[in-house]
Amino acid sequence: MLNFTMRRLLLAIPTLLFISLVIFLLLEASPGDPLGDVPLTVPPEVKEKMREALGLGQAWYIRYILWLKQFFWVEPLHWTDKLLGTYFSDGMQRIISFQSRSPVFDVIAQRVPQTLIVVGMSYIVGVMIAIPIGILSAYKQYSWFDQIGTFVSMVGFSMPTFFTGVVFIIIFGVKLQWFPSVYDTTHVVTDWGSFWVQVRQMIMPVTVLALYNAAQISRFMRASMLDNLGQDYVRTARAKGLGERKVVLKHVLRNSLIPVVTVIALGLPTVFGGAIITEQVFKVNGLGQLLISAIHANDIPMVLTLTFIFAILIIVFTLIADILYGVLDPRIRYD
Amino acid sequence: MIDTNRQQELNRQELTEGAAGAAAATAALPPDQPQIAGGETRNQWRDVWRQFRSHRGAMVALILFIGVLLFVLAGPLIWTLDPTYVDIRARNTGFTSVHPLGTDQLGRDMLARLMAGGRVSISVGLTAMLIAIFLGSTIGVLSGYFRRLDAPLMRVTELFLALPLLPLLLLMVTLFREPLSQSFGPAMGIFLLIVSAIGATSWMQAARIVRGDVLGLKEREFILAAKSIGTPPRRMILRHILPNVMSPIMVAATLGIATAIITESALSFLGLGFPPDFPTWGRLLYDAVDQMVLYPSRVILPGVFISLTVLCVNYIGDGLRDAMDPRIRGR
Repeated sequence: MLNFTMRRLLLAIPTLLFISLVIFLLLEASPGDPLGDVPLTVPPEVKEKMREALGLGQAWYIRYILWLKQFFWVEPLHWTDKLLGTYFSDGMQRIISFQSRSPVFDVIAQRVPQTLIVVGMSYIVGVMIAIPIGILSAYKQYSWFDQIGTFVSMVGFSMPTFFTGVVFIIIFGVKLQWFPSVYDTTHVVTDWGSFWVQVRQMIMPVTVLALYNAAQISRFMRASMLDNLGQDYVRTARAKGLGERKVVLKHVLRNSLIPVVTVIALGLPTVFGGAIITEQVFKVNGLGQLLISAIHANDIPMVLTLTFIFAILIIVFTLIADILYGVLDPRIRYD
Repeated sequence: MIDTNRQQELNRQELTEGAAGAAAATAALPPDQPQIAGGETRNQWRDVWRQFRSHRGAMVALILFIGVLLFVLAGPLIWTLDPTYVDIRARNTGFTSVHPLGTDQLGRDMLARLMAGGRVSISVGLTAMLIAIFLGSTIGVLSGYFRRLDAPLMRVTELFLALPLLPLLLLMVTLFREPLSQSFGPAMGIFLLIVSAIGATSWMQAARIVRGDVLGLKEREFILAAKSIGTPPRRMILRHILPNVMSPIMVAATLGIATAIITESALSFLGLGFPPDFPTWGRLLYDAVDQMVLYPSRVILPGVFISLTVLCVNYIGDGLRDAMDPRIRGR
């Protein structure tokens, strides 16, 4: 297993380098100019100076390697400095955003909690809804519960989050006035009252994302349960007189969770991507909103870094899913 | 005579395929002169259709989907109002007899806009799906059939799977919309851009499924037989491999339409899709969000159309998958 993990980690390095190169070249090929908003009265030589100050003077491969160095060397050094109080990264240039002229990672660090809270909560809630529904509708296959559950998950799967989000806002935010329709990120939790405000503003975005995730996961859960319920070991367990509860919730459930766990791990990075839309609907200023505003402003370092972080997430979670599969299922051998 | 030959060939093929259910069905056929005895020749697609009809959800979905298609394609022939005609005095009307679904903030008729938007959304979905399926099945068949191409092509597929798709799509659309709309006109340029961007980022699943199936097919006897009479690779793929991987391709294609429609409307919703003069369902939703408190119907109608179409397509895909699975078929 360790061998497999090491091999996969080594393979991930060229993949990541290639992806970063693709994103970099895509940005390079774009006609957008980060100095497009500079007034025409600025003389060309001053503009050239500004260009150089942004680091745009050199050839693309030099800038690419510089960015790689900043991402993989300077930034980790900076964060270890911050943690340990050392001075390794003094005098080194960090990745600077064109928009705010502040280090990209500082901005990202401000935005991560919002995204993480909403996305993380919604994923947990989604899984907690999906697994019992999947179990029940597989156990009572073709019952009315299963029919309704399958239909609802199909609907939930087909409704895009930007539509459900808007409908939720119209119904619960505007008509019923139960929840605020805009997520206030400056809100600080200090006591029970403010905690309740935080919960109330989180309910809608979390529900929208959770329903979408639950629809997908419950379909997997049902299929996996159905696969296992027909197996011989289930008959054996029943034949030796185990209670139905124990058969289903212990024997079958554990085995059916194996593929579902990997699906959950694989889905997590896509949820981060999908959260871009939900963040836009509820005006949560998390990573997705940051990415969109950076794209609009031609903020190349920010877009490059953010997209690359998404790519790292995907690769890491794919690896985690593969390892989990090997750990959980002793029949899988990677060697 | 030709028909008899074909029938015998069919029977032979089924026997060599060795599927248990198929063998039983062949035995049930009269052996000598089938076209006189049975009348109807056996056909895989007819079997699929018979099984598909028994899937109630898929049938309802198919009828609804045809209804949506009719609304979108034939509707403008009946409802001839121009979707881009601005009638500023009639703006923001509710449901009236002149404008059955009301008008938007510029007085454009919502019914006509929904029809026009649907045409763009569905054609984006279909075209993007065609590109994705073409890419996916080509790469899948090539990497399954030629052993030398397998490793590099699968590496490429894995690379694409590791790309963060939505951010990349956003990037591609923002960065290249200007030059493309200058060279192809605003509507056509964006259409080409969105369709090729979605197509180029959603072929990977199809490629993997097709590759797996081709790998399995290659071990079968009829491939060996075809190879032993000297069939060249090109004819081998077109004649023997492709028809046999048609069913997973069709299922992937159906589900691909759904994802493409959702992706396009998501892009439009983020303000990065078609320009406002060319309505799509996603764009209509996006335009209406600003005034959703006053005019909720304008948000809900396009949203319902998107969801309904995607739901129908997903159900049809489900039904197709069941109908094409020979283990289920015939039960």
